Amino acid sequence: MEKRFVYADNAATTNVSDTAFNAMLPFLKEQYGNPSSIYSLGMEAAKAVLNARRQVAEALGATRPSEIFFTSGGSEADNMAVIGGAELGAKCGKRHIITSNIEHHAVLHSCEYLESKDFEVTYLPADENGLISAEQVADAIREDTALVTIMAVNNEIGSIQPISEIGSICRERGVLFHTDAVQAVGHMEIDLKKSCIDMLSLSGHKFHSPKGVGALYVRSGTDLPSLIHGGAQERGKRAGTENVAGIVAMGAAITEAAADISARSECLAKMRDRLTDGILASIPHSRLNGGRECRAAGNVNVSFRGIEGESLLLALDIAGIAASSGSACTSGSIDPSHVLTAIGLPEELAKGSLRLTLGDNNTDDDIDYILKVLPDTVKKLRRMSPMWQRICREEGIEDYTI
Amino acid sequence: MTKKRVLAAMSGGVDSSAAVKLLLDKGYEVAGATMHLYNNEDIGIREKTCCSLNDVEDARLVALKLGIDFHVFNFSDEFKMRVMDDFVNTYLSGGTPNPCIECNKHLKFGRFLERAELLGFDYIATGHYVTSHYDEASGRWLLKRSADRAKDQSYVLYGMTQHQLAHTIFPVGDMNKTDIRALAEENGLINAHKRDSQDICFIPDGDYAKFITEAAGEQPAGDIVLSDGTVLGTHRGLIHYTVGQRRGVGVSYSEPLFVTAKDMVQNKLIMGTAEQLCSKTLTAGEVNFITVDKLTSPLKCTAQTRYHQQDVPCTVFQTDENTVKVEFDKPHKAISKGQAVVFYDGEYVVGGGKIL
Repeated sequence: MEKRFVYADNAATTNVSDTAFNAMLPFLKEQYGNPSSIYSLGMEAAKAVLNARRQVAEALGATRPSEIFFTSGGSEADNMAVIGGAELGAKCGKRHIITSNIEHHAVLHSCEYLESKDFEVTYLPADENGLISAEQVADAIREDTALVTIMAVNNEIGSIQPISEIGSICRERGVLFHTDAVQAVGHMEIDLKKSCIDMLSLSGHKFHSPKGVGALYVRSGTDLPSLIHGGAQERGKRAGTENVAGIVAMGAAITEAAADISARSECLAKMRDRLTDGILASIPHSRLNGGRECRAAGNVNVSFRGIEGESLLLALDIAGIAASSGSACTSGSIDPSHVLTAIGLPEELAKGSLRLTLGDNNTDDDIDYILKVLPDTVKKLRRMSPMWQRICREEGIEDYTI
Repeated sequence: MTKKRVLAAMSGGVDSSAAVKLLLDKGYEVAGATMHLYNNEDIGIREKTCCSLNDVEDARLVALKLGIDFHVFNFSDEFKMRVMDDFVNTYLSGGTPNPCIECNKHLKFGRFLERAELLGFDYIATGHYVTSHYDEASGRWLLKRSADRAKDQSYVLYGMTQHQLAHTIFPVGDMNKTDIRALAEENGLINAHKRDSQDICFIPDGDYAKFITEAAGEQPAGDIVLSDGTVLGTHRGLIHYTVGQRRGVGVSYSEPLFVTAKDMVQNKLIMGTAEQLCSKTLTAGEVNFITVDKLTSPLKCTAQTRYHQQDVPCTVFQTDENTVKVEFDKPHKAISKGQAVVFYDGEYVVGGGKIL
């Protein structure tokens, strides 16, 4: 099979779609006005931002566009929701927050920050499939709980959390509920009218908008304090001149994504299952991380005994396959995933993990190519791995790589 | 002919940056990589940044300037186990560790070389001041001191195997530091803010007693004694002292006293005169030979028991596969358990071992 480039890291980022690209172009060139200006060039920009706000609100089923606050991305939205939500609670003496141990670092590190400010945080443990139950949340809610923040879809193992049920419980108990939906928006149905979600974070570049734009949905009536102070943009909640081109692109991209969400998701799930089954069948001593049920349509996360994810990624890169393992450390190397450790994987398996996340641009040929390349790559790495040799020796496994 | 591919170990410093430039000039296809060895929080620096993040960024910038590919390898687990933990344990058992030797053995010429081979590179390169070449007569790869004796690093590389030597290039080894600095300056590879590299990279403030205390807890105080048992005072925990140390022990006596030994079992710091500090023999384990596979008869050569020390004449006897006995011609000062003894034949490294 001829060497090809396969991008299988769609949970990390996606390419900008033609629709989004064409929508944003005028706002980089001739429509360069500042939305806060009163002349017509500025008003055109303000109109475009408002239109994007309407598009995002509509795609999410928000009651009104004013519930959408544009941010620089998912991390900012998470920080704004978690820190703002906590501060809101603190005003009436509530200093307890509930989250899970498999959240994105944008949420986890915000919680750690709050702990340093004398908030108390409960980290609910996910089960072996990476799921948090509504009962766990119900049991953890206290008189002084200010906020519950549970992600909609996990970025590493794709586990889909029961956020509707969790939302209902929070509503019943009068607790603010935030969900980090960065991996969900644009990929699965979300209807804010039907679920009791008070705040929801999203990130544009996960669904074919450019990087550097995201949004936080805040249900009207929630008086969230702002994180970034300055001008009166975003109705005083988020200062700074709007990223007009990015916002416009995101509006176009979310509308495009919403149009055929279920058909795309079905197609992705088929590819995902073929890839998962193919890997498990062709590579001995491999396992799927996370459950098969309640799993994001494009997510495959597998572990191979006796090899390191970092080596595997470098070897796959040589073969033209872009994938991921664990979380990218600031230096550009790989740290073992806190999510895989949280769902009970021993360190060896957590380090030997591979995440392949499929997206709209992947084809069946891509799957064939991965299934062709991956078994040989794993075999080659194992042949060179002292860790694999030790495992074979200690556990009496016959070494198929020789 | 296709170009030979080299993966250069880059620290962001002058030597490894110049090494890359020299390789490119010689026509190799070069990529660079930095090892991520520890996180700042592991070494007591509060900022929550990655490892020596500045160093990684420096290396990345150099790679960008020279137009080569760049990778970062996370070997922090291996580094903790093989180097940092070993450092603490050696101290706690009364020895004086040399973490650079362990790092070279297990990380640079272990994991790094392994990774390079995996990625299809023909060689790795480092910025060490040593040279190596293949000797037709003996059919072996040899390791030689740097021409710049003040910068010579052969002492910390005695553990290199034939396989490692055959796959490693030392581009700066036959140059002196002044020329390297000039080369780096000409090519804009000098980082103005760059500190000189520390003795021990994971203990940036040099306070290794604090590092050990943080890893293993406070160590108990005990007696300072003469070899005949006479108590001279109280020590603050044996990790605070090294064999050969004279100043800062805090005892007074009719003649100068040195730390001659640390009795870990009885928690005693043993002091003695300059004469008592010297010894005519030592034994060493984890032996590696470069010029030969092993010694078939006693070898007269020179030996060095510390990094920056003049080598002195001795005879080496192989006692079994992994151990040797060394007899010095004249009593040798401050031989410390845990340090390396490295044997030389003129400028060539014969081999070495870890002092037992």
